[in-house]
Amino acid sequence: MTTDRPHLAVIGAGPAGLAATVAAAAHGVRVTLLDSAAQPGGQFYRQPAAELRAHRPQALHHDWRTWERLRDGLRTHVNAGAVTHLTDHHVWFVERHADRFTVHALLGPEQEDPAAVHADAVLLATGGYEKVLPFPGWTLPGVLTAGGAQAMLKGNLAAPGRTAVVAGTGPLLLPVATGLAAAGVEIAALVESADPKAFVRRSRALAAQPGKLAEGAGYAAQLLRHRVRTLTRHTVVEAHGTERLEAVTVAALDGEGRVRPGSGRRLPCDTLAVGHGMLPHTDLAETLGCRLDGMNVQVDGEQRTDVPGVWAAGETTGIGGSALALAEGHIAGRSAAVRLAGRAPDPREWAAAARTRTRLREFAAALDAVYAPPAHWSELVTDDTVVCRCEEVTGGTIREAVAEFGAGDVRTVKLLTRAGMGWCQGRVCAPAVAGLAGCQLTASRRPFARPVPLGVLAREDTHPTGRGSS
Amino acid sequence: MSSPLDLAQAHPRPAFTVTLDGREIDALPGQTVAAALWAAGVTSWRTTRGGGRPRGVFCGIGVCFDCLVTVNDRPNQRACLVSLQPGDAIRTQEGTGHDD
Repeated sequence: MTTDRPHLAVIGAGPAGLAATVAAAAHGVRVTLLDSAAQPGGQFYRQPAAELRAHRPQALHHDWRTWERLRDGLRTHVNAGAVTHLTDHHVWFVERHADRFTVHALLGPEQEDPAAVHADAVLLATGGYEKVLPFPGWTLPGVLTAGGAQAMLKGNLAAPGRTAVVAGTGPLLLPVATGLAAAGVEIAALVESADPKAFVRRSRALAAQPGKLAEGAGYAAQLLRHRVRTLTRHTVVEAHGTERLEAVTVAALDGEGRVRPGSGRRLPCDTLAVGHGMLPHTDLAETLGCRLDGMNVQVDGEQRTDVPGVWAAGETTGIGGSALALAEGHIAGRSAAVRLAGRAPDPREWAAAARTRTRLREFAAALDAVYAPPAHWSELVTDDTVVCRCEEVTGGTIREAVAEFGAGDVRTVKLLTRAGMGWCQGRVCAPAVAGLAGCQLTASRRPFARPVPLGVLAREDTHPTGRGSS
Repeated sequence: MSSPLDLAQAHPRPAFTVTLDGREIDALPGQTVAAALWAAGVTSWRTTRGGGRPRGVFCGIGVCFDCLVTVNDRPNQRACLVSLQPGDAIRTQEGTGHDD
């Protein structure tokens, strides 16, 4: 507790939130950084648990120097008293008052005890999570998201299985496959549904990013070194096993994105790391009333949302990777600092970051056009394939709701079938339900960003919130 | 390199013992329930409410709630988030975890 300097709450300590925190603190703002993890880094720079005493965590990471710069910047401002870093704080709601905000969080992995932080402005850097489209057998133990496999590796230094297939689509699959291989997991195959010809068609936009090309070439070299078999224009059609994963069947895709009959082959494995791209976490923005653009929080050139006092940066404003998140976070932090001082910023002050942002958004759009799940993925979802993992709602039940009862959107399917009504609140199944219902995936409004104990809600209602450690 | 611990040159303090349904399992300090169980070859620690089907870790980052487990008699803990302490008693969670 230092001065009456303006106070910014940054939610999320991944690349965007850290860049924003450091930029805002360097420009005279007091920052409280709230994050659900025990250490900063987010998903991209997830650190091994301190108790594991890793002397070379960079062996599991890409672009470690950027991480060191962020980490040291945070440390400097924390030591100077300009930044308070609240770890193990799971933010579930941001309350907007006339002239300030209250950030409500639950503490620790158990998430039962509440905490509240008051701030003059809020910066949402809530990141994203992985999208996985269903296929027969995807609920078997041993099938996990590509990002989940990476989290187990980076955070726990635990190998997810002995023999893995890495499958789906998107730029995450390459580092996951090479990371697992380096950690001693045998990679039976890297299965990517995208068509390499699509990269050639977009080569101009992709080649405008020399750094990114070098990164891609680095992964290609590692795949060769570890002798990883890469199957492009292929997809997993089924995961096999009774109590746990024993094998997957992969098959080739034709030009239309359909499985080529007779092309299936069975690959024995105990782990399937699968992902079909990323989705932004937008719950906090939505309950604040921020306008969304499709699935993403809409922001202006300063990374401001349309709600006064609320900035957003990183994956929550559109999936684009850590380098883009850094640029956006930096701009958001600078803008917030100047605005909180009561002045209008001069965008020329962050011109370099703005150029990087423009370039990387174009790159992200080009990647998004290249990496795509098979066009006809839903044909793989049999009627007895579980689609909503929480409520165990099958493809057949959802198709019945669509065909027999005319459900044409995710919400109606949910009301008729309970798909999306479980613990995860549709975060996992919504893309699949939208696909089966033949509608666009839209952001779904959730009252709270995570489950909240009733006792906490009752307390919030009757007592004024205490001051956090701000 | 043969293991992630070697790769990251990790020198954790000695493993301690926890139990899964009474069976002793080694866990490293700092590891989550999910990581320790996978390292012990266990990939499932929950059965679903409807079909009674086995489930384990899926998203790995606290979003999907598929890895729910009972730890020290507290049901519905996310195995991918909760780190273990010496002597912790993990129990396979059946259904809602409130039935037994």
